[in-house]
Amino acid sequence: MMGGYAAAIGTGVLMLVLVLGFVTYAIYFERKVIGWMQARVGPNRVGPFGLLQTVADVLKLLLKEDTVPERADRGLFRLAPVLAFVPAFASIAVLPFSERLGLADLDVGFLYYAALSSLTTIAIVIGGWASNNKYSLIGGMRSAAQMISYEIPLVLSVVGVVLLSGSLNLRTIVEAQAGWFWNWNIFPQILGFAIFLVAAISELNRTPFDLPEAESELVAGYHVEYSGFRFAFFMLAEYVYVFAIAALTTVLFLGGWHPPFPVLAFVPGIVWFTLKAAAVVFFLFWLRATLPRVRSDQLMEIGWKVLLPLALANVFLTAFAMEIRKAVWG
Amino acid sequence: MTEDRKGEGVEVSSEPEQAPSPERAKAEALTEWIRLAVGEDAIEESYVNEKDGNRICLVVRADHWPNVARLLKEKERFDYLRSLAGVDFETHMEVVYHLTSLETRENVCVKVRTSRESPSIPSVASVWATADWHEREAYDLFGIRFPGHPDLRRILLPDDWVGHPLRKDYEPHDPEV
Amino acid sequence: MVRTEELLLNVGPQHPSTHGVFRCIIKLDGEIITEATPVIGYLHRGTEKLAENLNYTQIIPYTDRLDYVSAMTNNYVYVHTVEKLLGVEIPERAEYLRLIVMELQRIASHLVWWGTYLLDLGAMSPFLYAFREREMIIDLFNELCGARLTYSYMRVGGVKWDAPPGWIEKVRDFIPYMRKRLEEYDALVTGNEIFINRLKGVGAYDAKTAIEYGLSGPNLRCTGVKWDLRKDQPYSIYDRFEFDVPVGQNGDCYDRYRVRLAEIRESLRILEQAVASFPSGGDIMGKVPRVLRVPEGEAYGAIESPRGEIGCYIISKGKDKPFRLKFRRPSFVNLQILPKLLVGQPVANLIAILGGIDIVLGEVDG
Repeated sequence: MMGGYAAAIGTGVLMLVLVLGFVTYAIYFERKVIGWMQARVGPNRVGPFGLLQTVADVLKLLLKEDTVPERADRGLFRLAPVLAFVPAFASIAVLPFSERLGLADLDVGFLYYAALSSLTTIAIVIGGWASNNKYSLIGGMRSAAQMISYEIPLVLSVVGVVLLSGSLNLRTIVEAQAGWFWNWNIFPQILGFAIFLVAAISELNRTPFDLPEAESELVAGYHVEYSGFRFAFFMLAEYVYVFAIAALTTVLFLGGWHPPFPVLAFVPGIVWFTLKAAAVVFFLFWLRATLPRVRSDQLMEIGWKVLLPLALANVFLTAFAMEIRKAVWG
Repeated sequence: MTEDRKGEGVEVSSEPEQAPSPERAKAEALTEWIRLAVGEDAIEESYVNEKDGNRICLVVRADHWPNVARLLKEKERFDYLRSLAGVDFETHMEVVYHLTSLETRENVCVKVRTSRESPSIPSVASVWATADWHEREAYDLFGIRFPGHPDLRRILLPDDWVGHPLRKDYEPHDPEV
Repeated sequence: MVRTEELLLNVGPQHPSTHGVFRCIIKLDGEIITEATPVIGYLHRGTEKLAENLNYTQIIPYTDRLDYVSAMTNNYVYVHTVEKLLGVEIPERAEYLRLIVMELQRIASHLVWWGTYLLDLGAMSPFLYAFREREMIIDLFNELCGARLTYSYMRVGGVKWDAPPGWIEKVRDFIPYMRKRLEEYDALVTGNEIFINRLKGVGAYDAKTAIEYGLSGPNLRCTGVKWDLRKDQPYSIYDRFEFDVPVGQNGDCYDRYRVRLAEIRESLRILEQAVASFPSGGDIMGKVPRVLRVPEGEAYGAIESPRGEIGCYIISKGKDKPFRLKFRRPSFVNLQILPKLLVGQPVANLIAILGGIDIVLGEVDG
């Protein structure tokens, strides 16, 4: 019994370390990649090639004075960052990284993820409110509106995949994509993939949907009053979600740990998984370097008037196609 | 080149051989017309500023100014108020307006004089909307009041500033500065 | 019953998107602005008052600091007005040098505007590309007159420094490079759907309003009024060169954007022609006395700066210092329309509209 608990805690700690490692180097690579796209080099001084930049930044954040605004709601102010991070980290539990690697094998894996990611929205609203600052309040409200609007197309776009794979279990979904790369769900579900990607970027509050953090408009929005480690928690939560979304995209649409050609199966599954997830993350960085920001009302329009109908259409088309296939090929 | 000044209809020219510029004729015509439309004493002086590209200059009486302004804008199409400058001549104060017609590319300069002790010139913010901030600036820096202005308060200096800096008799708070 | 309260929001004076120390007090009803009150004067340095105690040449460095993003045009409007009063003739070479630096300055100023406008809208990268190009122009200016931002290059009667050998060739080489970059900018930004949606139909006004408010430059031309002082009230040697005046149609932010980018193209055209016909020798200073005593009189000189009409009104009493020096500053005049444009707009459009007017606080406050 105790051994089981010890193993569970041990795995949890290991995952935390891995995720923190990912976050550290994701931030580093984001700055480097965006730098290169902007005709400059990005961090290159702290440590060899600037590799220790994020470590230095985190150290700085830890050493900062922990300011809580005088008239802020202290309890909620302290709760918000924690409430933002914990669901992010907990959602990693259902992701299958390779044939043997994975933490929990839930039959409702995807729903578990969708449910947890909504909790972060609450945390952002709490943070915006508790800061006792008009800018944070506006930022928090905007963020809540945005995240709620995009949850729906996000979940609906995956319904097509669920129909094809016959299960909400993420491991089963990956297994249904075995074989050559044309078995990957991105091909039959190209519309679902597009909607998922757009909705995911909005969930992550990244450019072009980064209104809640719009530096040039609301001076950092909902986390303007946060400094030091509490601020780091919000950043951490965002990057852990980047990790989770990249992993989820890979699992749902890009074939998970399967190689594109079966002949390459000697390369371990985890390597394929990492490569695909890294490609997704790179794409997110690329978008950030390139696109301007969408305005909040336009954002709502896109979410409700474009993505939602398309996602519904995708569900119908998928179901229809499946029925036809069953009728024709039995 | 000296400036030809035209007083009460008497022409005084220091160089009789110099053919009067077409602007002179225009200035005279304009003056006559405004005097007929608004009042004999509306225009105090009119002349042509040769140094400034033969710009027609009119000196308008303050109490007739809004009517003259409307006339210039509507009938003569001087729809573009380019600049509004307050000036402190130690004996009196003046506000200089530079107008342009975008259609005909003509320029005219209007000067309105007022006293130094309680400078006041009717506002033309209702004629040219741009005059709003310009008049606030003139008020801020010179203390010239513009009755009829929608919101006459300081614009460049803090609201609690004492004095009007561009006046010639302005005492700075700190003479060292 | 739902009770909503109006929120009073203070934007600035320290704010990343206000392009300087500018404060705007807005009343919000949810996301919609119901009233906006701009507060300016944070950068007022009393240039006009100071000028009354400085002789004519000493005023030139002060003119640099008005619109510090476009110092050459400020220099020019001032010396041009003094020259009107003096009646001095400017040598060919000096006129050419003045024109070349003014057009290069126009390009540099529009690049700053482009980069910062896009940064405000959320796109980070164009800012760096714009500044990379601007750096080349600044290097040219550095070589020419030793300064990167506040040049004090022009003097009453001509210019201070002659073009070093090879400088004109460098300007000539810059032109095709910049043209190619403009195409890249168009490909990256102008056709971008997100960008167009942020700007189309935003902050629109018609020609009549623009003329009422005394707007000038791209703010006026975006409504379709083809008024450019370089063509309509020519100064310097602009009448020798062929170039178009881009105009918009709808008077919205998107048209202002397009007009400014098109103006860069036209400036490149002018530069090409000027460099091709650049005189090979000649003086750079006209016949002016050592101590400038400007005869009694007054003049108003106005030129087309990147932001609109910049005017200089000088009254001289025959001394070596001006009696009154007034600058008609385009940003000051253009900013006045802001409250009117903001009413009824969502807060996110505040940044788009303010950036589209293109103000420089040094010029707004004087």
